[in-house]
Amino acid sequence: MPVMTYMEAGRAAVRLAMQADPTVWCVGEDLGRGGVFGQYKGLREEFGAARISDAPISEAGIMGAALGAAMVGTRPIVEMRFSDFALCATDELVNQIAKARFMFGGQMRVPLVVRKPIGMWRSSAAQHSQSLESWYAHVPGLVVACPSTPQDTFSMLRAAIECDDPVVFMEHKNIWALEGNVDFAETVEFGKARVRRKGGDVSIVSWSNTANLAQDAASLLAADGIDAEVVDLRSLWPWDKETVLNSVRKTGHLVVAHESVAVAGFGAEVVATVAEHAGAALQGPVRRLGAPRGLIAYAPNLEDRMRVTTEMIAQAARETLGKTTA
Amino acid sequence: MSNRYDNLEHSLALLEMMERIRAFEEQACLAAERDKLVLGAIHPSIGQEAVAAGVMTHLRESDILLSTHRGHGHTLAKGSSSLAMMRELLGRQGGCCGGKGGSMHIADFGVGMLGANGVVGANISIAAGAAHGIRLLGDDRIVVDIFGDGAINRGPFLEGLNWAAVFDLPILFVCEDNQYSATTRTQTMTGGDGPVARAKSLGLRASEVDGNDVEAVAAVSQEIITRLRAGGGPELLHAKTYRRTGHTSFDPAAYRPEGESAAQERENDPISRQQQALKERGVAGQIFEKLHQSAQQEMTEVLAEAAATGFPDDASAFDDVQDIGSPAKEPF
Repeated sequence: MPVMTYMEAGRAAVRLAMQADPTVWCVGEDLGRGGVFGQYKGLREEFGAARISDAPISEAGIMGAALGAAMVGTRPIVEMRFSDFALCATDELVNQIAKARFMFGGQMRVPLVVRKPIGMWRSSAAQHSQSLESWYAHVPGLVVACPSTPQDTFSMLRAAIECDDPVVFMEHKNIWALEGNVDFAETVEFGKARVRRKGGDVSIVSWSNTANLAQDAASLLAADGIDAEVVDLRSLWPWDKETVLNSVRKTGHLVVAHESVAVAGFGAEVVATVAEHAGAALQGPVRRLGAPRGLIAYAPNLEDRMRVTTEMIAQAARETLGKTTA
Repeated sequence: MSNRYDNLEHSLALLEMMERIRAFEEQACLAAERDKLVLGAIHPSIGQEAVAAGVMTHLRESDILLSTHRGHGHTLAKGSSSLAMMRELLGRQGGCCGGKGGSMHIADFGVGMLGANGVVGANISIAAGAAHGIRLLGDDRIVVDIFGDGAINRGPFLEGLNWAAVFDLPILFVCEDNQYSATTRTQTMTGGDGPVARAKSLGLRASEVDGNDVEAVAAVSQEIITRLRAGGGPELLHAKTYRRTGHTSFDPAAYRPEGESAAQERENDPISRQQQALKERGVAGQIFEKLHQSAQQEMTEVLAEAAATGFPDDASAFDDVQDIGSPAKEPF
């Protein structure tokens, strides 16, 4: 099983999909040179300029064109560079791509993947750092994926390319170099969480890079004698309610942690669902961690004020268990 | 007149299609206003039929069309069934979109009609992408994308035309200029010299035509489409016409100068003009009457049949949203 970075795992998924299906192609700004982070490096040499296609700096144009190309029988992978820039293409994604199959009465499907890197990485300020996954979870018609490991990036991107639904695929920019084993034969089903650590005392639910922080938090908690269960949702639509509800029924304690703004974030959906379906199992207050409803600054100390950290997650778990340390 | 067809049969076919579009639109308006059977807004194309008929006559069924919220005529001329279309306007079973889309999202993929669009200008980049996909697949279809004069002030006009130019795609952009952007004179809201100048500035070949002269539209479209089929790059055609109704069938268009629409009806009606031109070529008036009656009969029957069709099954509200995480499996 090869060890790969999070970025290499995504590239391997694209490469295998393109080898298997000549209708798969990639389009986005600077793809010929490998993409802004190098996610497509080497692919143009293998597949040519038509299938690893550069594009004008026209996010709306790229997104709209991908829809048209999907409607005539190709399977585009759309690179948006930064999820922030994809906001230029909101009509194309939300009003057109997500709705086309339904509005046209199921006459066709829109098999495309939109890759939108999310997340804070050092000093990129307010227009290159956002995590807006909850926006897309709110839009019927879209599948929303937020992988946190090289294995999940690989398996979920392959699944995204193979399925006939439009998938918003949000990789986290700060973990491009994160390494891990990748089994090419491992498949995933959207809507199935990965339990990254089993535990009986408290359920920590998370996704994207914050799931990695949650796993670190569980190690800190273990040193305190607290046995945390870490649930990585992996996809926000569909999302694995069953695993979360079963975990909370077992532990009686819930912490939800994500990098995006807490207000109206997807954590609220998780907490509300637990309250509706497993409220009676709760033995302590629910804790929900997300960014303050503020903006991400350039200066590192100001940027850090918006972060959810490993220690904050551990502390929230202690609080919900009534085991706060002074 | 150099732009007249030698083939009388073709000239009559253009007239027949315009009569069918007119009759369809008239019945749709009656269904909306008299019968209250069309519940949402419809945007009639009365007075603009020559653009639909003149362009679409050169398309094969496999060629691709994308259209606007005012797209009934284009869809009919592309070969869609008038009954399936009317059912869609009424939100009934058997509508071309199963009653999910209605007038503004009418589509018929079976005849290459990839959708009208409720967002002005949005179809432009989608159409460019359809042409891009065709090029990638290596087949010989071409794309026609129709939008209105208001759409040239939206971003997709720039992004879509630039895209088509950069990738040298087989697409004809038709700006069907009916002079009004919803309820505002387009001229008062548009800088520069209009769609032809803008298209040329992006490197497209662009031309202008009297959009109420169906044979002129057909003649210039034929030239353009021949170039596209021979591998020529994208082009724009600016077809100048006039919207005789309000923006929607509910809009009395009181903002228009008095008499403007009536004068257009009197002097610039595309059907009357084609009849006149044919009369000058010796075609007897009875033939016009026959085409008119036949179109009226078809669309009257279509409305009656659509009205007699039931609404879609309730359960279909959740169909065709998505496969993964479908609300049909997991209603919230």
